[in-house]
This record gives sequence, C-alpha cells and structure tokens, in this order.
Amino acid sequence: MSRGPPAPARASAARPTSMTNRPPRTRIRLGTEPRSSRARRARLDLRTALVGSTVGHMDRIADVWGPRTPHGKGTVWPARVDEYLADGLSEDEVDRWVPSACVLCSNGCGCDIAVKDGRMVGVRGRATDVVNHGRLGPKGLYGSTPWASSPDRLTRPLVREAGQLVETDWDTAMGRVVEVSRRLLAEKGPLTHGFYSTGQLFAEEYYVLGVIGKAGLGTPHMDGNTRLCTATSAAAFKESFGADGQPGSYTDVEHCDALFLYGHNMAETQTVLWMRVLDRTRSPDPPVVVCVDPRRTPVAVEAERTGGVHLAPRVGTNLALMNGLTRELFANGWVDERWVRDHTLGVEELRGIVEPYTPEVVARTCGVDADDLRRAARIFGESRDVLSTVLQGFYQSHQATASAVAVHNLHLLRGLIGRPGSGVLQMNGQPTAQNNRECGADGDLPGFRNWENPRHVGELAELWNVDPLTIPHWAPPTHAMQIFGYAEEGSIGLLWVVGTNPAVSMPESARIRRILGGDQCFVVVQDLFLTETARLADVVLPAAGWGEKTGTFTNTNRVVHLSEKAVEPPGEARSDLEIFLMYADAMDFRDRDGAPLVPWREPEEVFDAWREASRGRPVDYTGLTYARLRGPTGIPWPVTEHAPDGTDRLYHDGVFPTRTDECETYGHDLLTGAVVTEQEHRAMRPDGRAFLKGAHHTPPHEEPGPEYPMLYTTGRTVYQFHTRTKTGRSPSLRAAAPDAWVELSEVDAARLGVSEGDVVRVESPRGAIEVRARVGRVRPGTVFAPFHYGSWDLDDADPEHQHRQANELTMTVWDPVSKQPYFKTAACRVVRVRGGDGPAPAPTTAASAPVGGGVPGTSGGAPTTTRLTDTPGYPDDPAVDAAGGTGGR
Amino acid sequence: MHLATYVGLAHRSERTLAESLRVVGEGHARHPDVLFTCRTLAGFSDDHVRQLEPVARRYGEQHGGDVEEPDRLHAAGLAEVRSGPVGLLRDLQDLHVLGTLVLTTWTVINQAAQGLRDHELLSIARSASGQTSRQLSWLNTRMKAAAPQALIVAP
Ligand code: SF4
Repeated sequence: MSRGPPAPARASAARPTSMTNRPPRTRIRLGTEPRSSRARRARLDLRTALVGSTVGHMDRIADVWGPRTPHGKGTVWPARVDEYLADGLSEDEVDRWVPSACVLCSNGCGCDIAVKDGRMVGVRGRATDVVNHGRLGPKGLYGSTPWASSPDRLTRPLVREAGQLVETDWDTAMGRVVEVSRRLLAEKGPLTHGFYSTGQLFAEEYYVLGVIGKAGLGTPHMDGNTRLCTATSAAAFKESFGADGQPGSYTDVEHCDALFLYGHNMAETQTVLWMRVLDRTRSPDPPVVVCVDPRRTPVAVEAERTGGVHLAPRVGTNLALMNGLTRELFANGWVDERWVRDHTLGVEELRGIVEPYTPEVVARTCGVDADDLRRAARIFGESRDVLSTVLQGFYQSHQATASAVAVHNLHLLRGLIGRPGSGVLQMNGQPTAQNNRECGADGDLPGFRNWENPRHVGELAELWNVDPLTIPHWAPPTHAMQIFGYAEEGSIGLLWVVGTNPAVSMPESARIRRILGGDQCFVVVQDLFLTETARLADVVLPAAGWGEKTGTFTNTNRVVHLSEKAVEPPGEARSDLEIFLMYADAMDFRDRDGAPLVPWREPEEVFDAWREASRGRPVDYTGLTYARLRGPTGIPWPVTEHAPDGTDRLYHDGVFPTRTDECETYGHDLLTGAVVTEQEHRAMRPDGRAFLKGAHHTPPHEEPGPEYPMLYTTGRTVYQFHTRTKTGRSPSLRAAAPDAWVELSEVDAARLGVSEGDVVRVESPRGAIEVRARVGRVRPGTVFAPFHYGSWDLDDADPEHQHRQANELTMTVWDPVSKQPYFKTAACRVVRVRGGDGPAPAPTTAASAPVGGGVPGTSGGAPTTTRLTDTPGYPDDPAVDAAGGTGGR
Repeated sequence: MHLATYVGLAHRSERTLAESLRVVGEGHARHPDVLFTCRTLAGFSDDHVRQLEPVARRYGEQHGGDVEEPDRLHAAGLAEVRSGPVGLLRDLQDLHVLGTLVLTTWTVINQAAQGLRDHELLSIARSASGQTSRQLSWLNTRMKAAAPQALIVAP
C-alpha cells in the first residue's frame, strides 16, 4: 500500500477548470489563521509532478484504498481516476461510456460504465464528481458489472407448479399476482397486502411503488430492507431536527480538526470516503481521529496514529458511553450556552439524564478506560471543528436511536453544525436507501411528510387526486419485522419482496424461511437472480438491474445522480419500474375522477412527478431535471430556485424543520418508542429549535450467562456487499472473501484451544453455524461473524441445514423508535469442532486481519488503473484550491 | 387524615400494574417489543413502589379501603393473557385502564402534597405521574399500531 509522505512539491497549478457558470460568491472564512499561511501550506501539498501520470496497474484487492494524495486542511481533495476494464480491454476498445454512479454502497461514487458489444465491461470514476473526485473502491471496480452477464441471471418469470418453480411468460406470472391481489382486496381489503422492498431501486421506482401502495391499494404495510440498514439514521434525524436529511457534507472531511467515527468501520463500508479521510490524516496537518468500535478496525489504527483514541465498548453499551461523553461536556464547561439557548430545547433534562454517567461509571459499564473516555471528550470539547459519522455499530445495536441521537446532542451542545468541518454524517448502508425514505416506498410518506399531520396527508391526496382516507395514515406505518409477523399469522396474504434477500439478511433465519415458504401467505419475489428468498416464492419476476435501466438515486450525502441505461437486460427481464406499471395497469388503479392513478410510462415522467411531490418540503427537488443531472457531477438536494446548484450542507443558520406544521414527526420517547402527540409537540413550541433528547442506558436484551458466555456481533467485509448477489459473482471479490468465518480474540482462542483456521461451532439459543475461525482483533469476550454468506453458491444447499449464515443466531428484537433490528447483541458459545486445513478465509487487509503471522496476505485482484489528473473545481466546495484560490469555481 | 387511603391505593395499584405488565409481556413474548417494553415499564412501577416506602411509613397506609370508603372498583390486575391479535389488543387496553387508575391516584396525591407542603411527597408524585404518563403513551401507541390489523384482517 502506498502510504508514504506526499511527493516533493512544487508550487504551481493549473487553475481549476470551471464546471458551472456561476456568479462569484463570498468565500467562507476558515478559522482564524491568516489567509496567506493557509495558501502557503496548501501549496506545499501539491503533487503537481504526478498529475497526469498513471500511477500504474494496481491490484485493488491487495491495495484497498490505492495511492494517497495527501493535502492540507481546507484545500480541495485532489482528483484521482480509478478504472477497471474486464478481459484486458483498453480504453480505446470501449464502444461507449455511460454516465452513472456506483450502487455497491451508500457512497454513490460518480462513474462511467464501459460498454463493449452491448455488454457492460467495466467502470471508471468521474473526476468531476463531488462525491468521489474520480476514485472507486474494490467493490465498485470489480463488482459493478460482472453479475450482469452471469449465466444464472433470471431471464423469464417463474411460477410455482406442484411445488416446483417453472418458467412461464409475463402474462401468466402477473396474472397470478393480480388474481391473488384482487381476491384478497375483495375479501378483506388492503391490509392483506405487504411490500418489502430494498435500498437498491431508483427514486422513480420507489415513488411509483409508493403511489401504488399508498394511493392505489391503501396499505400501511410497506417497508424496505432499509429498515435493517438506515432506519436509525432517519429516525435520529427526525427526533433531533424534526425531519430526515443529512446535515453534513463530505466536504467537512477537508475542514474538520477532529473526526469521530461511531460504530462506523468506514475503511471497509465506504472505502472511497475513507480514502478522502486518509488523504487528510496522512498529510502534515491531520485531524485527530476518535474511533468507537469493539474491533480494532483500520479506523481504530488511524485513531491511534493521529493521537486520537480508540474506545472499544462492550457490545450493547453504546448509550452509556455516549452519556458519559455528554456528561463530560457539561462537567468541563464545553457547552456553548448561548447557542444552546437560542437553537435547542431540552438541555436541562439532558443534563439531568447524563449526570450519573461519570467516567468511572462508564468505564465499569462499557469496559473502557476512564481516562480514554476523558481524552475523547476533551478532543470533542476543545477541537474547533468536529465531524462525526455514525453507522451500523450504533444502528444495529442496543438502544440504537438514543445512541445516534446522542451524537447529535454532542454537536448541538457545542453548536457544531452547519459550517464547513462541523457536521454530522449519519450514514446509510445501501446506495438508494435514501430514496426509499424520500419517496415513500417504506413507512414514510413521500417528501418527508408527517403521517399524523392531516395537512400533509391532504397535500398528497390532492396531488394524487384520491380520498385522503385511502392514504394509510390512521395507524403508524408497519415496520419490516411487523410485516413479517403479519405474514406469519397470515393476515398479510400477499407479500411482495422486491430486490432483497430476507432469507439471509433478516434475523433468526429459520423463522423467516418458515414464513416465506409457508402456505399462509402468497409470496412474490422480484430480483436479478434466484436468491435464497426467490427459491421460496410462489411467483418470481425477473428484474433488470443497474445499467440496464434509467433512473436517479441519492447517496447518503444527499447527492442525486442520474444513472443511464447502458445495455439491454437479458431475456425477458424488465425494469422494476416496468413491473410496477404492469401491475398498476392490470389492477386498473384510478383516481377520484376515474383517470389512471399511475399515468406515467417513462422514468423521466415519474421523476418530474416526484419532483412536484417534493415541492416545499425539506427534501426539495424542484430545481432538478434529467437535463441538469446530465452535467459533470451529482447535485445535493435541496435544489430550488434559491439554491439552483444544490446545497452542500444543511442548517447553516441553526434553524431546523421542527415547527409543528412542518416537521416529519412529533417525536418519540427514546426509551419506549411511545409517540409524542401533536398537542404535546405544539406546547413545547419548538419553532425551528433542535431537540436535545436523552435516555438512560438499559442492559441489552440478551446478556452472556453460564450457558452462552460470549457476545455475538455481526458485520461486513470490504469485499462483499449484503448477501453477495452482485459481489459474489465478481471473480476478484469472490476470491478475496470466498467463505464465511468468525473472529475470536487471542485470549478467547487460547482458552478454547482454537488456532487460526480451526473449524468452530458457534451457537445461540436460536441457531448455530460451523465455520473457520480467524484469531483476530475483536474485543475479548466477543465473537464477530460476517453476515454475507447464505447458500446460493453452495452445491449441497439445503436451506434447512445452514452452516454459515450469521443470522441463524441473531434475535428478533428491534429498536423502539427506529424499529431497526438489533443484529449486534446476542449471546453465544463457541466450541472447537476440528482442526482446519489452512487459515480462515477471512481477508487480511482490514479489520479481519489475523493477530499472528503466517497467513498469506489477501491479494490477486484483476489489474486496474489509477491516474492522478488535474483537479477540477467542484460546485459549492468550500475548500480553497491547491494554489490558494477559491475552490468551487 | 385520608391521605393514607391514597398512599395505600398508589402502593397497591402500582404493584398490580407492575405485575400485570410482566404477565402481558411474558404472555405475548412472540411480540418482542411487547415483551421487552412491558418489562421496562414494569420497572418504572417497581421504582414508584420503592419510592413510596418512606412516605408510607410517615403517613401510615390504609389497605383495602377504610371503613367509610371501601374499594368498589376492584383492580385485580391481569393474572393471565388472552391469545391472538385481538387478545393482545384487549390486554393492552386493560393495562391502560390500570395505568389510568394509577395516574389519577398520583394526581390526587399531588394535590394533597401541595396542601401539606410535603416536598418529598410532591417530588415523588410529580415524577411518578410523568413516568405513568409514559407508560400510558406507550400503551396507546402500541394499541393504535395493532388495532387496524387485529380488527379488520386478523384470522
Ligand atoms: S465506495 Fe461505495 S459507491 Fe464508491 S466505489 Fe466503493 S462501493 Fe461503490
């Protein structure tokens, strides 16, 4: 890995090329340092000598993050273009490049898809895109295209005949769906219908699905697997700020003095964002990193390198730790009392709640060092600008929403929000999870509307021209786990699963398989492949994937990209949009005047309709069109008349969407999930102030005991995504992480007599797995298992006898507010089964690295190229360019 | 002084509520949110019972109603649960009724404590009312969520 100091620098740079014609704007002042010294320092970081050179052919399995381009604080992140072409093709052999963005994590890196002979053959990062400045990570490079031409794609619809799935035509397959749908509607009404969708579709598809479900059928049973990955992010925003919406921006990385990562192994989950961080932490003036994670991840290593802190709390104790950090802010006077008075509500209650959480109490509860906690709090309290990022380590853990909200509290107490370098990034897991939340295919109403606010519901009723009572707002939206509960009891008789694989990804897999496979509920699955879930369905609909259809999606940073169709889908596969339209047509949904409810045909028409639905809401798309999105970069919403180029970060004025008439929710009791009523909300007069909300730490639902003495936690690896539907079909990624494993700490391994590569059995009260053990870097007492590995690629696949699926062990239990399942808190025991025939199949390059030597390094990725190019200007980027001029021109 | 009657009533009804919450939670354990939240909420009532002890020592405590004002409404609590979705709804509703009894008991005690300028009792009554309201809010929230499915489509 190339991690050396910056190459010898020479001061000079091409002026950044202009990307948009915009009037000059005021520079944002960066700190108190005189401009000249900033510029000088910025110049020092230039690597002009390298610009334009191909750094070379790189194995990006071995070198996950690629070469560094370090640069000074407050300067533009240099561009670097990463590219992968299959079969040794060169750029000039490519027929066409089709603009898009990567969909293998929530980062949404701008890229162009290479097309050759009607096939997708590779990708190249877009240097002009604000998200990635040209970079791509291993998943994006190796995993974006091979799945599409995989021989096992679904190319025809399937229906179940005499217990077997058999091929059929669309009329027959859709005919069956419609028949069941009509029968159930006639017998018992819309509450018989449930939709479980994904974080992988395009905005247009979610919007149409939302209209079908909410105005056509009128069912509250719509959710996405976004419930598993980002529900807490949305819930935490709503509780603190009144509505969903990422406050911060990736550009904060360039300006922060301290960077806190809470349960966020960014190095593996968003590799390109981590490159952005490394390019700052490996510069001469790095920010200090603080890492909260029970594993010694690359983030933890970086925390130590930058003089920060790695806090490794016991699984299930995040909230105690956060309460401890919050208390330190109060105790040391690191609170901006005036800002808090003007911009927040609830400070006294919060002070009272955190009072008992002294460093010593927290040290005992969480198993961390009291002085480490003090040091972390001091870094937060005394750094000028702090950026915090949060992910699954918090979202899928005990007291998820309260812990994520606590991160907001820290920022609000110091007024560290809405300016470059000071912000919060509650991350998403999936590429288009954000759109599911925005467009209303999950529990939320389109446009972040409040289902308890009759005016909001009325707006939608008017837009769709339907009776407001059709729109399900008379009960809280049904969350995924409850949808499966209703399907289990049979009161949901039609469950439509779109682009997700709950048989592997949901907790307590054996139960989920029973529900999907049983006769009590008719199951429709719409996907690219015959997944573990599709195998259990009554009807399987073949879908077109990324690059085979056109649509928009929004990354975790609010940046909207247009992804254009590059190739035709295989066989009879159709886009999810076409499938939904086919269903809507067959069901003949009508509005109040008898006109078709879903009149659109083309993605662009749907986009325009969605844009109207977003008007005046925090998630305002009114300034966006397909034409605008065909520019050099994605654009962050809100995009309006007043902000035609989009909005880099929210809440610069400290005014939040908490007004009772505006907010997306009136809020919840963080401990129980009880809702705050409209009257209670109004009585508090939030009027644009943010809420400081707290809760006490409670012990996790399942704690280790004599029978199951260890803690079990699940997670992911850098080379795979979800249930490997796409990444498992990329030879490079597959070889890098071919099979499941568990990680044990050195002390536990010694106690259990387990050596590297031995086969162990891990059991919880709900199930067991038998996989090889990596003696690794987890906290003693904890077992880590990656959740990617189901059975689709096993020859002896008997779904009833799983031996490697991490969710066999997890519990059916969820957060009271976000309803996100807790995948990271269960008790387990480990026994050694037999010796292994080599090291565990776990990658060595990141958090799963072995403690001992003798394990060959993970490598062997197909060659890719990496080029340093001139850094263009990026719209709205608050950084100065390398020559000391303003960025963003 | 009749305050003792109410201190006794608070004591008894909080204990009944705690026990009933546990019964409903365990009985509907296939709904994990019901199981775990009921446990948490039962803990609230346990706390109130504990906090009441010194007050009960000071004022005495009248059990089962005194001679002039015998208990007419017997809030015996839930000893077992009903089954099925509608059963869950009914059980939650019963808990809500019990919780309301607890809440109004605290309201009355709160008034008396002010009259007596008893700061200790006042602060207990205030915080207990707040916690009881949280219990009621959750029950309300959960009933609203369960009602349409249970009443319209449940088998
Ligand atoms: S960071 Fe995420 S979006 Fe970017 S290339 Fe990697 S997988 Fe794709």
